[in-house]
Amino acid sequence: MISAQRSDYAVAVAELATAAALVLATVLSIFLAAGGDDPVMRFHGYIMAAAAGLGVFAVFNKRFNRREGVSRDDPAGYNDEVIRAGVIASMFWGIAGFAAGLYIALELAFPGLNFDLPWLNFGRLRPLHTSAVIFAFGGNVLIATSFYVVQRTCKARLAGEIAPWFVFWGYQLFLVLAATGYLLGATQSKEYAEPEWYADLWLTIVWVVYLLVFLGTIWRRRESHIFVANWFYLAFIVTIAMLHIVNNLAVPVSLTSSKSYVLFAGVQDAMTQWWYGHNAVGFFLTAGFLGIMYYFVPKRAERPIYSYRLSIIHFWALIFLYIWAGPHHLHYTALPDWAQTLGMTFSIMLWMPSWGGMINGLMTLSGAWDKLRTDPVVRMLVVSVAFYGMSTFEGPLMSIKAVNSLSHYTDWTIGHVHSGALGWVGFVSFGALYCLVPWLWKREGLYSLKLVGWHFWISTLGILLYITAMWVSGIMQGLMWRAYDSFGFLEYSFVESVEAMHPFYLVRALGGALYVAGALIMAYNLWRTARGDVRASEMTPAVVPAQ
Amino acid sequence: MKHEVFEKNSILLLIGVLIVVSIGGIVEIAPLFYLENTVEKVEGVRPYTPLELKGRNIYVREGCYTCHSQMIRSLRDEVERYGHYSLAAESMYDHPFQWGSKRTGPDLARVGGKYSDEWHREHMIDPRSVVPESIMPGYPFLAQTELDYKDVARDLMANRAVGVPYTDDQIANAAADLEAQLDPFSDNYDAFLERYPGANVRDFDGNPDMISELDALIAYLQMLGSLVDFDVYKAEDFYR
Repeated sequence: MISAQRSDYAVAVAELATAAALVLATVLSIFLAAGGDDPVMRFHGYIMAAAAGLGVFAVFNKRFNRREGVSRDDPAGYNDEVIRAGVIASMFWGIAGFAAGLYIALELAFPGLNFDLPWLNFGRLRPLHTSAVIFAFGGNVLIATSFYVVQRTCKARLAGEIAPWFVFWGYQLFLVLAATGYLLGATQSKEYAEPEWYADLWLTIVWVVYLLVFLGTIWRRRESHIFVANWFYLAFIVTIAMLHIVNNLAVPVSLTSSKSYVLFAGVQDAMTQWWYGHNAVGFFLTAGFLGIMYYFVPKRAERPIYSYRLSIIHFWALIFLYIWAGPHHLHYTALPDWAQTLGMTFSIMLWMPSWGGMINGLMTLSGAWDKLRTDPVVRMLVVSVAFYGMSTFEGPLMSIKAVNSLSHYTDWTIGHVHSGALGWVGFVSFGALYCLVPWLWKREGLYSLKLVGWHFWISTLGILLYITAMWVSGIMQGLMWRAYDSFGFLEYSFVESVEAMHPFYLVRALGGALYVAGALIMAYNLWRTARGDVRASEMTPAVVPAQ
Repeated sequence: MKHEVFEKNSILLLIGVLIVVSIGGIVEIAPLFYLENTVEKVEGVRPYTPLELKGRNIYVREGCYTCHSQMIRSLRDEVERYGHYSLAAESMYDHPFQWGSKRTGPDLARVGGKYSDEWHREHMIDPRSVVPESIMPGYPFLAQTELDYKDVARDLMANRAVGVPYTDDQIANAAADLEAQLDPFSDNYDAFLERYPGANVRDFDGNPDMISELDALIAYLQMLGSLVDFDVYKAEDFYR
């Protein structure tokens, strides 16, 4: 009883401190809204003021609800409310990000869709698409699943009461600042690190709290061992923090300006950027999602992880080798040769731990392969691991200098990224979300497994159209650029290669449209599941007691 | 040592991860700052003029790097198509670098002087009027938008803070230099060219009544890749 009172007291202090910090943030944001140097900063001042103001309200509202006993949340059990919010946010951002991708794919096929407007042009929308799918969709899936997995595998409630919500809403605020910034032209122009300095600072704060919530939950664990999925989540969180901070070092023009100049220049900036960029793939899109694989595949298949030893070896090997792979984005450039060679060598070695992870994921199905036929969610998870294996073979191949001389700067790279992003990251996320919604909303099962099947096949077809179109167009582009005629002159002008891409851009857009359609089916299915509906034709007949 | 140690202690696991993921970056990035042959010592590379810097910021703002590279690789076809392969020295004042990763459009590392200002104007307003097969978006709003340059000195100061060697003189005259670059008959002409030797001086957007964003962007495009004189540059000088 005493300890319960003490923790009540601690929560009250934390709530007051948070509210005070948020009030201060509101005031500072209003100053920015009024006195920012440029329209972007003033606009973002308004957004931040609104967010901080709503935060103050939310803190008091939560306190009031708990006192009145209105809260759905069981303070003694797991904290699932924030995860439910994460699932909804994932679905929302996923559809937004996929749709943005489809739109820019259509812009390349039909340039009229740029409408000569600044905020609709490809150059501003492309970062919006990449950030929306990687950070908004992927990030929300990672935060939500990590909060779920760490609680279950530690048999402990998430650390902190306000902190998890701060992570969730703080992260959404970062996403809104990033996305609106791009549309208004605020960008650092470093790929996958485009948000400007103040958004980066904000993300750093949110990320440190995320790390503390995650670690704090591990410290409360009632299991002696830290489960393998949590190693991957932890590596993802700390490494992303390191990459984010170093790559975004910059000097703002003034404290009220949205413009900054990054600290490094030229070749050093390029190397730092691709050290970051490739490890956004390695740690955000790989290590984090391997955490998902290590929990959800065994859980859904109801089989133990195939090899404990393999998971140890592939964990350490993967995180050690990935960090070196960045220079393969800079082959034959002004980056010194020694760095290019190191990057290539380590990229090829990276093939092994990647496939170690794939084998561990796939072989977990041994003894339960029949589920591939009966459970479309298992099918989705397994195919995601297969795509992981395929793109982690293609990656080392493309990192070889001779191959890269053809593939670099072409659509082949775009195809490669999407076999990983749509196939691996997308499908493993969908699989996890299909598992999570019935668990979190306490339902027997999904609204419809048939619709999962439809989602699976439509999306798979979409991915195949996408990546095959990009293979053909990419390799064709590369060959056209280096083709010589019989007199020893370059055979094609650049614009002839642009013209030749048109049919493939159409096929790619079709593939993207199928993928969006699949995601919409999924959103409908999950919404009906959360409501507690079961599709009439898929109801299991109630067991009638024998007479 | 048994792996159990890491599985039972989150701080050890955390430290282990941090050590393992730090090594690659330290080995690959740190030497680039002190190995002397990383950036060639060539003549001609100078900081951007205030107008060029503003143009570069527009290039960054519009995300031109998502479709255009500025890095000619040392491959036969690229050198024949675009010109001498890019040197590290040519982007030593680029915060951030704009090497790019995709060529939906052609490389722009040496686009400076390749087309006339008028071509660039037409191309920005309606790309398909000069290249019918182009899929580039139109940027007609650039010619109609006044360039906001009253605080350009602060841009130069921020660049100096990250290592670009702008002089006090260049910072003090930043706004005046920006205007001077657009007017070959201004009183500031000689002083400007002394501060930025070899810079192009003319009205880039063909509209002398307004200093537009298009002025700045074309000024930037027209100097790209033109600073190093490759008639006197010898790669062998930098062999070790």
